[in-house]
Amino acid sequence: METVIKILSNLKPGVDFTTEKDLVNRQILTSMEIMLLTGELNDAFDIEITLPYIIPENFSSAEAIYDMVQRIEEDE
Amino acid sequence: MKNVLEFMEAALSGHPQKILISDPNGSLTCEEFLHQSRQIGSFLWSELHAFQKPVAVYLDKTPACAAAMMGVVYSGCFYAVLDTSQPADRIRLIFDTLKPAAVLTDRSHLDAAGKLDVPVILLEDALQISENTTELNRIRRRSIDTDVLYVLYTSGSTGTPKGVVINHRAVITYIRWVIETFHIDDTIVFGSQTPFYFSMSVTDLFGTLFTGARLQIIPRQYFSFPAMLIDYLNEYEINTIYWVPSALGIITTWDAFAWKMPLHLKKIMFAGEVMPVKYLNYWKKYLPEASFSNLFGPTETTDICTWYTVDRNFADDESLPIGHSCNNCDSFIVTEDGRPAETGETGELYVRGSFLASGYYNNPEKTADAFVQNPLQQAFPETVYRTGDLVRCNERGEIIYIGRRDFQIKHMGYRIEPGEIETACSSLKQVDSSVCIYDAASDRILIFYQGKGKPEEIGRQLREKLPPYMCPQKIEKVRQMPRNANGKTDRRYFLELIQKENI
Repeated sequence: METVIKILSNLKPGVDFTTEKDLVNRQILTSMEIMLLTGELNDAFDIEITLPYIIPENFSSAEAIYDMVQRIEEDE
Repeated sequence: MKNVLEFMEAALSGHPQKILISDPNGSLTCEEFLHQSRQIGSFLWSELHAFQKPVAVYLDKTPACAAAMMGVVYSGCFYAVLDTSQPADRIRLIFDTLKPAAVLTDRSHLDAAGKLDVPVILLEDALQISENTTELNRIRRRSIDTDVLYVLYTSGSTGTPKGVVINHRAVITYIRWVIETFHIDDTIVFGSQTPFYFSMSVTDLFGTLFTGARLQIIPRQYFSFPAMLIDYLNEYEINTIYWVPSALGIITTWDAFAWKMPLHLKKIMFAGEVMPVKYLNYWKKYLPEASFSNLFGPTETTDICTWYTVDRNFADDESLPIGHSCNNCDSFIVTEDGRPAETGETGELYVRGSFLASGYYNNPEKTADAFVQNPLQQAFPETVYRTGDLVRCNERGEIIYIGRRDFQIKHMGYRIEPGEIETACSSLKQVDSSVCIYDAASDRILIFYQGKGKPEEIGRQLREKLPPYMCPQKIEKVRQMPRNANGKTDRRYFLELIQKENI
């Protein structure tokens, strides 16, 4: 979880990702940032986030992102 | 017909129940749209009693916003749509020259709009009243086709926004070309991507209003989630899109069509920045039956002055022509010494005809710089627009975009176009996008890129593609390309970065 928070904070300094629960609807993450974020997650966790995972539910908060990473790790 | 509203009324009265504009939260039929626009027009007239005065529209991109824009026109005034996400300081900068008679907004934006020191008019109040047909007819009789329709603010190179003044005749002439060229009619469903404060939206919005097509607004968030975006295109049977290349590139980067296909797309148009051929080839591979058109032009020619419909194959490192002049619009090339350019010769692109803006609002200096006497004839006064774009004509008679006049580099005695270096860099597999900057102080070419590989790797590959004098002295990877308010790459950011950080 800390890794996810760290990646997010590097990507977008100044946002408190431990409390922010609506990253998508509040447009905190842009399309470009989601693209960069998945690249970083792929490298950090040695996974491959494919298109079916790129849905708003999986990016609404740091927790949701971490859940997604875990699901992908289990599937792989 | 002299006024855009007349074209709109003629097209929409034929099918009152058809949905005209919609987004995921609601829609307006042709009849509802006309009625609401007239209500807003009647209310604005009763509140302002102003003719040909600016009214700022401070609303999100919704069907109601489009009705508000046309409401302003019904009232005899002209609109300037504001980006609701921009800082209040930039709005004040715009208001310095615009001096609006009022701000038209809704309750959800009342707080922000109330702080702008301009009278506020609420959309909700306007929609309470009945149409004042007598007054609206009187306003129409008074109007002429060179009345201002809207003022659109673009980010000027100095950082102060410039308000481009567009009249009814410009939009009428331009949209006629759009309709005849791309066969726009009431079977078209546009998937609308660009904001109403960006010139590209004139094409799909007025393309819809002049034909009774349908404008399906795609909320910005959908461009973060490609599968959702494609589902949306399919759900609303969107068959025509006019997007910026970076929006098309999102599909490419995710390889989204390998997972899911758009089922109805037939016409794909793009403009706003250079279209990387890599993106185009991806789209063509999956949609071989669709037509692809590269449109080119500044806000000062309403939206577009030249266009090219892709009719052959291009390699990833070739650049796409910007084609030839639109019908009833003359785009011509003038050399540095003031002659018409020969085939292959580089010159500046000039535009003349009815697509042209009237000038910049409350800005005579900038207007005089860009809207000038036709350099090719002195016999009578004829204002033409200097685009500042360097182009040349190829052997096929197609115009090729080279770069901005103000970005041209003179390095080691060579004249170099940053665009050529960018094209080479962006064609590399690992690179998503790139920007080439010349630092005159140190006489160096720098390239900044967003993508995978390391700078050394990119440098090695560039040396295989470019002559030695064009190879950048510095290659820097960036996490994210900075964009200006219009979504274009922000060159000024890099110029400042070079100075500040001593790169």
